[in-house]
Amino acid sequence: MSSLPLDSPPAAAPRAKGWSLSPAMAPYVLISPFVILFAIFGLFPLVFSFYLAFQSWEPTAGLSTMKFVGLENFAFAITDEWFWKSLRNTAWLAFAAGVPQHVVSIPLAYFIHTSFKRTRNMAVGAYFLPYITSTVAISMMFGTLFSTDYGLINITLHAMSEWPGIGWMFPSHPIDWLNRAENVKPAISMVVFWRYVGFNTVLYLAALQTIPKDIYEAATMDGAGRWQQFWYITIPSLKPMIFFGVTLSVVGGLQLFEEPFILTGGRGGTDQAGMTTAMYMYRTAFEFNDFGTASALSWLLFVFVAVLTWLTNLAFKPRGGSH
Amino acid sequence: MHNKTTATHRRNILAGAAAAALLSLVSAGALAQQTLTVAAFPAVDEIAKSAIPMWKKKHPDVEIKVISRAFADHHTAMTTALSTSSNLPDVMVVEYGYVGRFAEGGGLEDLGSAPYNIKAQQARFVPYAYRQATTNAGTVVAVPSDIGPGTLLYRTDLLKKANVTEADMTQSWDAFVASGVKIKAATGAYLVAHARDIKDIVIRSDIKPGEGLYIDNKGKVLVDSPRFVRAFTLAKAVREQKLDGKINAWSNEWSEGFKRGTIATQLSGAWLAGHLNNWLAPDTKGLWRAAQLPEKAYGSWGGSFYTIPKGGKNKALAFEFIQMMTLTPEVQLSAFKSQDAFPALIDVHNDAFFDQPIDFLGGQKARLLWRDASRKIAAVDVNKLDPIAEEIVNTEMDKVLDQGKDIPTALADAKALLERRVRR
Repeated sequence: MSSLPLDSPPAAAPRAKGWSLSPAMAPYVLISPFVILFAIFGLFPLVFSFYLAFQSWEPTAGLSTMKFVGLENFAFAITDEWFWKSLRNTAWLAFAAGVPQHVVSIPLAYFIHTSFKRTRNMAVGAYFLPYITSTVAISMMFGTLFSTDYGLINITLHAMSEWPGIGWMFPSHPIDWLNRAENVKPAISMVVFWRYVGFNTVLYLAALQTIPKDIYEAATMDGAGRWQQFWYITIPSLKPMIFFGVTLSVVGGLQLFEEPFILTGGRGGTDQAGMTTAMYMYRTAFEFNDFGTASALSWLLFVFVAVLTWLTNLAFKPRGGSH
Repeated sequence: MHNKTTATHRRNILAGAAAAALLSLVSAGALAQQTLTVAAFPAVDEIAKSAIPMWKKKHPDVEIKVISRAFADHHTAMTTALSTSSNLPDVMVVEYGYVGRFAEGGGLEDLGSAPYNIKAQQARFVPYAYRQATTNAGTVVAVPSDIGPGTLLYRTDLLKKANVTEADMTQSWDAFVASGVKIKAATGAYLVAHARDIKDIVIRSDIKPGEGLYIDNKGKVLVDSPRFVRAFTLAKAVREQKLDGKINAWSNEWSEGFKRGTIATQLSGAWLAGHLNNWLAPDTKGLWRAAQLPEKAYGSWGGSFYTIPKGGKNKALAFEFIQMMTLTPEVQLSAFKSQDAFPALIDVHNDAFFDQPIDFLGGQKARLLWRDASRKIAAVDVNKLDPIAEEIVNTEMDKVLDQGKDIPTALADAKALLERRVRR
């Protein structure tokens, strides 16, 4: 009986009959579903949108009617006063809805983190609920709440205006939330704030749990109060998460679409006061049949998102020295 | 030799039989599977579905598949289908506001020429509806199905309280506004839901042949013409005298306003009477009446059209279906009775149903009134820039009403904005 020497290479495994995957190709084949799906649903629309931005196209006549127009769509867009108006509206809404989200959610997360024990998950769930609810349902509900004559918000404000002592702080006449230009943006901001404040709270709660308890214990030993601990320990420790949350708010705020679309009946409201750039893009394409300009608008919006994200990055970048 | 020949013969017979069976199966399968797709939006989809039994009597082998989407989604989907020439239905229902846009692209069949020759049936349709489906070049891109003759719906109880008659209100637009002042003083009710409603109908009045709504057929922008000056002036007068509730159509306030009697009149298509009766304010039954619009301003509010996309597959069957829906009196009458779809087909306009009183309108024979209006409405040429023109004019209207912008400046700004688009 003979035996194989120990250092001899193992015999090649018998080849499986039919189709087989070589080890060299396997990684490519295994990641191909993602690549194919990304190419179809991610890359192609991106490239097509870029291509369209340089074309004049009558969409209902088919793809063959595209005509190269160079930078004309961009030139039209940057000299279009509605584009700038929509951009101002978008920036206003992103700021008015975005900043309070963080100003409120950081202390709220800190409060939930330090005050709730067993019921913490329930509290977090309650705040997170608006984020997972359908935007359309929320916007429709708020549309009813904002109703001038029959809405709960105006009814409540009116009731509060009759409170003794502090009643003067509240309006006694109904506020025309969605039909007066100056009220449309605050109304939309309130809905956006209400929707996303819970999401940010969850982000900050997660970050709070990573701060070592002994830092707080040491601070307590040194005589720091809760406010000092919050200001000098919690806020600096949360800085990476604040950067992440603010970046998400900047990107999301500049792409705001559903809430203003539903609340203003898809038209942007009185004097287009609630028309965001994303809405204007959609209307330019599907209502005004100008897909070329709509694509140019989308790329201009991309530039603004990129610049603002870069500025956000700059604002949160550590300056001088090391931590 | 004999055996071999017999075997070959048998094999040939078997092969032939198998082939014949296969062919018959394939052809039977093909016939059984023939489907005509009809893309429509709510109400028209129901009308199409209810006509299926009639279709099946003629074509038991052809299924009708009605693809129903919400109004805006339907037109967005059709735009996408036409742009990519994919997923096109055989029959496409198009609302009046979209006919111009779709016609401009040239993606719809010319139903006026052979083999369709709908031109031969022109006299059977309400004239303005047929004209709406005809492009400036004379191409008939759609067949009208239902129309929306404009009407003035008013609350008879509120008018009575204010001692205002229908004649007081309808003799002129100024008289209409003056009546509103009396109604507001006596009842507290608004004359109209929104001042914009008056602007919308006045800009559609007195349009001359060849003149479009916002842009004429030579590309000239008309938004600073006397029509617009008057429309803006009247709307401003209504707002200044607090005669409108600043209420947008289809909002909560709108339906509540009808329910609670805080809106005295509504300028609209005849179909609104059906909506008020069915769901908007059924409890106000008997309190409403219909009249012609003030100053005999006959106008149209919407309408549905059947079209065939050029990329459609079953064009002959599609046209047969369209003929059934638009030229068959039973179908048109049934749609009128069930969905308040006022017929574009003149053949049925003398049916006894038109003479019947409408309970919701206090027993008024309002259909005769609307029939009269439908014959007098002037056709307005459509332009692919109409949607953006409407947006521009509405935005300037908001500035006049809410920010006190003066009318000549607002209209000049609207003209400049629209001309910029026309030049592209």
